[in-house]
Amino acid sequence: MTKKQIDPLERVAAEMKKCVKCGACRAHCPAFSTFQREPATARGKVALAQHLCKGDITLDDGTYSAMSKCLLCGSCVEKCPNQVPTDEIVIAAREALAQRRGLTTFHKAVGQVIKNRKVMNFGALAAAVLGPLFFRKVPATSGLRLRFPMPFLGGSRHIPQIAKKPFMKRHPEVIQGEPGKPRIVFFVGCMTNFVYTEIGEATLALFRHLGCTVIIPKGQQCCGLPGMSGGDLDTVRELAEMNLAAMEAHEADYVMTACATCGGALHKLYPLVVGKRNPELKQRLQALADKTVDAAVLLQKLGLAPEETGAGAGMRITYHDPCHHRTAGITKQPRALLNKTPGLELVEMEGADRCCGLGGTFNVYHYESSLDINASKSAAIIATGADAVVTGCPGCIMQLSDGLKQAGDKTKVLHTVELLARKMRR
Amino acid sequence: MLDARILQQLTEIVGSENIAATPQDLICYGYDATQMEFLPDCVVHPDGSEEVSRILKLANQEGFPVFPRGAGSGFTGGALPKGGGVVLVTTRMNRILRIDTDNLVAEVEPGVVTETFQMAVEKLGLFYPPDPASLKFSTLGGNVAECAGGPRAVKYGVTKDFVMGLEVVLPTGEVIRTGGETVKGVVGYDLTKLICGSEGTLGVITKIIFKLLPYPDAKKTMLTVFDSIDGAARAVSTIIKNKIIPTTLEFMDHATLTCVERRFNLGLPDSGRAVLLIEVDGDRELIEKQAGQIHKLIEPLGLVQFRVAKDAAESEELWRVRRLVSPSLRDVNPDKFNEDIVVPRSKVPDVIRRIEVIQKRYDIPIVNFGHAGDGNIHVNIMIDKRVPGELEKAHEAIKEVFQAALDLGGTMSGEHGVGLAKQPYIPMELSADQVAAMKAIKAALDPKNILNPGKMLPV
Repeated sequence: MTKKQIDPLERVAAEMKKCVKCGACRAHCPAFSTFQREPATARGKVALAQHLCKGDITLDDGTYSAMSKCLLCGSCVEKCPNQVPTDEIVIAAREALAQRRGLTTFHKAVGQVIKNRKVMNFGALAAAVLGPLFFRKVPATSGLRLRFPMPFLGGSRHIPQIAKKPFMKRHPEVIQGEPGKPRIVFFVGCMTNFVYTEIGEATLALFRHLGCTVIIPKGQQCCGLPGMSGGDLDTVRELAEMNLAAMEAHEADYVMTACATCGGALHKLYPLVVGKRNPELKQRLQALADKTVDAAVLLQKLGLAPEETGAGAGMRITYHDPCHHRTAGITKQPRALLNKTPGLELVEMEGADRCCGLGGTFNVYHYESSLDINASKSAAIIATGADAVVTGCPGCIMQLSDGLKQAGDKTKVLHTVELLARKMRR
Repeated sequence: MLDARILQQLTEIVGSENIAATPQDLICYGYDATQMEFLPDCVVHPDGSEEVSRILKLANQEGFPVFPRGAGSGFTGGALPKGGGVVLVTTRMNRILRIDTDNLVAEVEPGVVTETFQMAVEKLGLFYPPDPASLKFSTLGGNVAECAGGPRAVKYGVTKDFVMGLEVVLPTGEVIRTGGETVKGVVGYDLTKLICGSEGTLGVITKIIFKLLPYPDAKKTMLTVFDSIDGAARAVSTIIKNKIIPTTLEFMDHATLTCVERRFNLGLPDSGRAVLLIEVDGDRELIEKQAGQIHKLIEPLGLVQFRVAKDAAESEELWRVRRLVSPSLRDVNPDKFNEDIVVPRSKVPDVIRRIEVIQKRYDIPIVNFGHAGDGNIHVNIMIDKRVPGELEKAHEAIKEVFQAALDLGGTMSGEHGVGLAKQPYIPMELSADQVAAMKAIKAALDPKNILNPGKMLPV
């Protein structure tokens, strides 16, 4: 094993030592809940990472398989008595794996596509490149490969429709608001741009209602999370710089996103994986991270009055916490907005903070297990008797819709902004 | 090392899905919460007593060791495969077989997680009190094998007090039932009690019959702060002496409070030198009365704060202080020896004083907290292993702490067990004759010494 292969793990070697193998992660890890085997636990992965550093094991199929069994949901980190950042350790291990094994043709295609909005915009081509995945026809012979799903591809039987015209193509770059009101840069994200355009429209409607100027930088790209998920951190670094340049090109008070995952990338991942190599870049990325805010959080901060948007009407809903919101401490704000909405009854489900099972790589690589995790989520949603489950992440929306449909249930799945903007003119 | 033929036979018993021997699997079943590590040769996940029996028979025939393991959350290395062999994981056997509301008993498999079981019985208005700190992830089989305790032991006792019967696979492979589900029963030796706390050395537990209680009507949580450690320690014995048995009586010393306060800023009074977290449960009127009595009894002992939780949320807030102890200890020093001595409850003040003397003599931080209401103190000796001489000092200090407990009529472990960690100290507590009697039992049941060999009793 050469030095280069171990580098990413050295980055987190000190953090590994904090793990005392107490086993508390067994209670909180969604991957362990389905696999029921120790290598799927956080402490198991930390132990493997430690042995990788020691050189007792190599970056072989067994390591590959263990490291793939993580949704990067962060729940182990939150519940760990010593706050061991297992998510960061797994990301580092996946990067080491990608460096050692190289990216497969498929990985490379994904990397190329997510790095290139022109290609992404040419939806037919993207679908063609990724077609096999779309229909789950990637041959089993692909073996132990960390395949990552495109952000707009479900990999499930219930795949959402790709929009005829991407969200960003429908709007100018700058939508002028009232003078003196906040200027907001909108980081749209692939799922919203290509699939759930209605989330974009609803977000736009709400911030325009508040008189804000909304800027949708043309140069913005995929956030890079799908690349990270497969260990392709070079693609993440490239995208981080492209996105940084796109966002910095506009003067704004906030960088806002309506996707929990994109928010997680901008807020946490970029400074984590890019920063250390270049202090000047780190500073700029940190400034971007500090400016990044979730749509629901910002709506609440700017004093949106839900009664004015006409969102009300008798409806029973339940709320699902996306992992990238939960780990960023965003749990109360969306609920506060929903609770202020007249006629809306919010019923908490059991385990609202449990991962839906999508987890980037995980959903594609471990589809059956992903469904298994999703099934308990669906059961919890159905048990509330809610008319709709509301959440703040298009990724979760795709996964929840899939789960509910497979359970034969008709509960609607909505983004918080969609619910709030339900009666507004677009 | 196991040869391919044995691996093949094990595979035939459990199925290829339930046997693992890749380097990754071996690493992941070679640790527990002691931070010791021993790699097994293979890991099996059997389901049911028949498979377990076949594995143990094969082990006797071929002469390889078998190490039973639940969640692997033990503090003494009881589940570690020292010397190599087969790790036998019980977590596939995770069914709650029945909850009998007519007779207040339940039958479960060993791999059920403690909290899962508690929640299941609580839904029926019933109560399974043992509450080890690991209850969210440890398994009932492990709880029985180690005889786990917990804060509620003050009033309700420990795991063995709730075990009525077992199905056990003996080390030689015979499947037996011990005890039963009647309240009384005196036919034969009490093998149930023998297996409880035997740390997986006398048999593999495959079924457990538990006694259940009605779920208490209400509870009341009190956080009490004292201006001296002695005051808090005396409060424990005063409450008990006055014939009030709280559900829990958790103790935290000044060093513990400093850790928690430094990190979490809970606003405890500056004059506070020790905290008792007291909980009473039962009939609503009775606990109101008890809370009042407790307040009156402890007031003269240097009480500087008395907070009563108004509701469940406030109770949770008070418990937070106790729960934050563990994560904050690392601020003192990176390495921790977590001992769990027990003394008769009236001797709690004495043992605390003895530990203070030991701490001064060795000049290493010792943080004390734990279940003082049953005399069980968690003595945490905090060192930095990298500093030369610290480790040796810690071992000497531990020995003296054990001696202090024994001098006062106590024991060196209340709930963590012996495993590998406390093995060297066994002769301090058990006489040569006691050890010989125990070894005779082990040899009779496990003539080839294949089940969890090298654990508990001195080799």
